[in-house]
Amino acid sequence: MSWKNYFSTSIGKKLQMSLTGLFLITFLIVHCYINAQIFYNDGGVRFTEAAHFMGTNFLIRTVEIGLMAFLLLHIIQGLALWSRNKSRRTNRYAVNAGSATSPWYSRSMALLGTLILLFLIMHLSKFWAPNRFSQITGGGEKDLYHMMKEEFQTAWVVGVYIFGCISLGWHLVHGFYSAFQTLGLGTSKYKGLIKSVGVAFSIIVPLIFIAMPVAFFMNWIA
Amino acid sequence: MQHYNMNLTLKVWKQKNNKTKGGFETYPVKNVSSEMSFLEMFDVLNEQLVSEGKEPIAFDHDCREGICGMCSMVINGRAHGPWSQNTTCQLHMRAYKDGDTITVEPWRADAFPVIKDLVVDRTGFDRIIQAGGFISVNTGNAQDANALPIDKQKADESFAAASCIGCGACVAACPNASAMLFVSAKVSHLALLPQGDPERKSRAFNMVNQMDTEGFGSCTNIGACEAECPKGISLENIARLNREYIGSMMSGSSVEGTA
Repeated sequence: MSWKNYFSTSIGKKLQMSLTGLFLITFLIVHCYINAQIFYNDGGVRFTEAAHFMGTNFLIRTVEIGLMAFLLLHIIQGLALWSRNKSRRTNRYAVNAGSATSPWYSRSMALLGTLILLFLIMHLSKFWAPNRFSQITGGGEKDLYHMMKEEFQTAWVVGVYIFGCISLGWHLVHGFYSAFQTLGLGTSKYKGLIKSVGVAFSIIVPLIFIAMPVAFFMNWIA
Repeated sequence: MQHYNMNLTLKVWKQKNNKTKGGFETYPVKNVSSEMSFLEMFDVLNEQLVSEGKEPIAFDHDCREGICGMCSMVINGRAHGPWSQNTTCQLHMRAYKDGDTITVEPWRADAFPVIKDLVVDRTGFDRIIQAGGFISVNTGNAQDANALPIDKQKADESFAAASCIGCGACVAACPNASAMLFVSAKVSHLALLPQGDPERKSRAFNMVNQMDTEGFGSCTNIGACEAECPKGISLENIARLNREYIGSMMSGSSVEGTA
């Protein structure tokens, strides 16, 4: 059997979701760490330094291409799985078990993922896209710190960011555990650890992200 | 527990065959004893229907002692009814009270087409077994049972997986209509024993591939299957199936048709 055969079955597709998901999780850690530099409250000196490294380092920029490819694969494969799975039961139940047999977020990964995607389109078009465009067209790096400061003066923008991060948190509660279960690690030995680390991660990381627009909006950082 | 009688309203799915569209029929059932099993209550209703000259409700049943896996019914949205680790035949009417309305539906999955009313075609499971749920043995006299040493814990885990009765409640409960819990139980019970070794490298792929071909959905680790399984088959088996699959993917041959 070829690699293609192995990655084409339902477990193979699930492995694609798991591996790309874990890559996106590690990206979140780096993104969170870099952006948290704003909390030094030094007028953006350390943040700008870190952002400059991330935006110009050859290795990072190469990995960025992989990140975009994995993100796209995660989105396309996720939506394809959702649509296929939905079509496996043409006649639906009149009465559904709902939360009696499974938590709502585990059944709503496609919905939560779509909310995150909509948020990402807005987020990337505000910061990442203009910055890269300016770099490519010779305008140099943009002053991301002051762009953030300006953007997060608007209440509805801050609201959308909070909503996006909450969607991300619920997506992660199931996604973090699910990624490891797919790799076969959901045994009695590791399941408890994976679930607790997953829940902690899904609360802490989105909370740090939420703190950023809120801190600018409340003028906690200059 | 005190014995009592009750009057119930049953909303039951009626469907002539898989070519026709089905719908719910409402039946009043009087004087149901709390000591009856759910299937006995159906027997009473069917006798009543026959005596009125109406067509009885078709439903699957066989052993009526919770081991054959035939009694497939989704009762008020729950596969095999509200009790955990229980089959429909072992569900007793003391789970209900006078005046209750109970909705009964067949297992709903495109891979389990309705044959009639509550009876569905589960031969897809047989074809999954045929694809890899077997072992190679020498013919002739059976060898001494203790000739192959087997670790106690592995024997226990294999036995727990082998307790799957193939009823299909996992498929019925899964929002994706996936058969992963069934496949994982069958793969686990052979993967844990030395007897399962000859086909080990191809079993997981072949059975999962057949599951996909049959039109079952894919697993997204929701866990409703484990919650509804009458035999308490654990999600750990799905983790093991995933390990078996990854193991054969990493180490198997690249020749088409073999693992």
